[in-house]
Amino acid sequence: MHEMSLNESVLQILQDNAKSKGFERVKTVWLEIGELSGVEIEAMRFCFDVIMKDTLADQAKLEIIRVPGQAWCMQCATTVKVKQLFDACPDCGSYQVQVTGGDQMQIKELEVE
Amino acid sequence: MCTVCGCGEGETQIDGHEHSHERDHGHSHEHGHHHHHDEHSHDYGHGPAHAHAPGMSQSRMVQIEQDILNKNNQYAAANRRRFSEYGILALNLVSSPGSGKTTILTRSIDDLKDELKLAVIEGDQQTANDAERIRETGVKALQINTGKGCHLDGHMVGHALETLQPEKDSILFIENVGNLVCPAAFDLGEAHKVAILSVTEGEDKPIKYPDMFHAADLMLLNKIDLLPYLQFDVEKCIEYARRVNPKIKVMQVSAISGEGMDDWYRWLRATWQLAMMGV
Repeated sequence: MHEMSLNESVLQILQDNAKSKGFERVKTVWLEIGELSGVEIEAMRFCFDVIMKDTLADQAKLEIIRVPGQAWCMQCATTVKVKQLFDACPDCGSYQVQVTGGDQMQIKELEVE
Repeated sequence: MCTVCGCGEGETQIDGHEHSHERDHGHSHEHGHHHHHDEHSHDYGHGPAHAHAPGMSQSRMVQIEQDILNKNNQYAAANRRRFSEYGILALNLVSSPGSGKTTILTRSIDDLKDELKLAVIEGDQQTANDAERIRETGVKALQINTGKGCHLDGHMVGHALETLQPEKDSILFIENVGNLVCPAAFDLGEAHKVAILSVTEGEDKPIKYPDMFHAADLMLLNKIDLLPYLQFDVEKCIEYARRVNPKIKVMQVSAISGEGMDDWYRWLRATWQLAMMGV
């Protein structure tokens, strides 16, 4: 969707942390991206390289941790796996499902120096 | 590109707001962040040189666990505080290009401006045409041009508020960039997102762009005066919208014929009363 802006936000977080945690260069960034977050991984990688150029994370490696989509089905009263937001429950076909995981976009960890 | 406050490519322009982004030098920016190019660290723009002696790598791991949208959410929260302090009802109007957002707005303003205090923030990639259309109604309007940006964000709206200064107890319409994808993720601090879908589009848009219809509290189905000439299944469309958002309210309107607009005005008045009470 808006991978350019997301990477700009990532860069801001890196810069804020560079000050508060005292590092000068970022070598690797681990992002946790849920399968339901709507983020296009290939676009994310492409934009990452563009946005990080000539910054403290120039040529940094991007590692992406995928998290599968999870939802609570009210009919089945159980946790089910979902592939897309607002999918029906794969077991009973009900749309009364509440996403419980896999919609996150988070920076988890950095390798810095 | 402003990499600190997130202005995106340095192309965002807000009417009457000085916001200079000089690309290849220090970045003189009024909100108090400095890069200290002369002092130590941060060799932006000088390549990865930073000569460390071989074998002396100081690599270490840092856990941060921060949401990527965290920064935007902070700006949005600041806007929301301001709205509640001033009793302002802020509505974020989202739709595809061409659904009739601006026409709904100008009609609503003409019909309500004697009764309610109104102000408008217009988001588009380029031109101030929409803000001019709104100003012709006599209501305060400010244009934000996002440049290449595909959505408004909390930070742009924060700056727009400084310039526009919406009145106490007013209704602020924020017309987002015509796009059913990206604006869903960026909170502006609004009380409600209002999605506008016109019957000249596909009835399955709510399930094609579920995030947006999930995030909206109200859907205005616009251009219903054209229904006799189209094959648009209203019931099906509403069913799709409820599938992604069981709580969504739906109103059928035509900004041209005026049909259904009274329902929308009633909703506006009731919601505005709640905002004034700080609810």
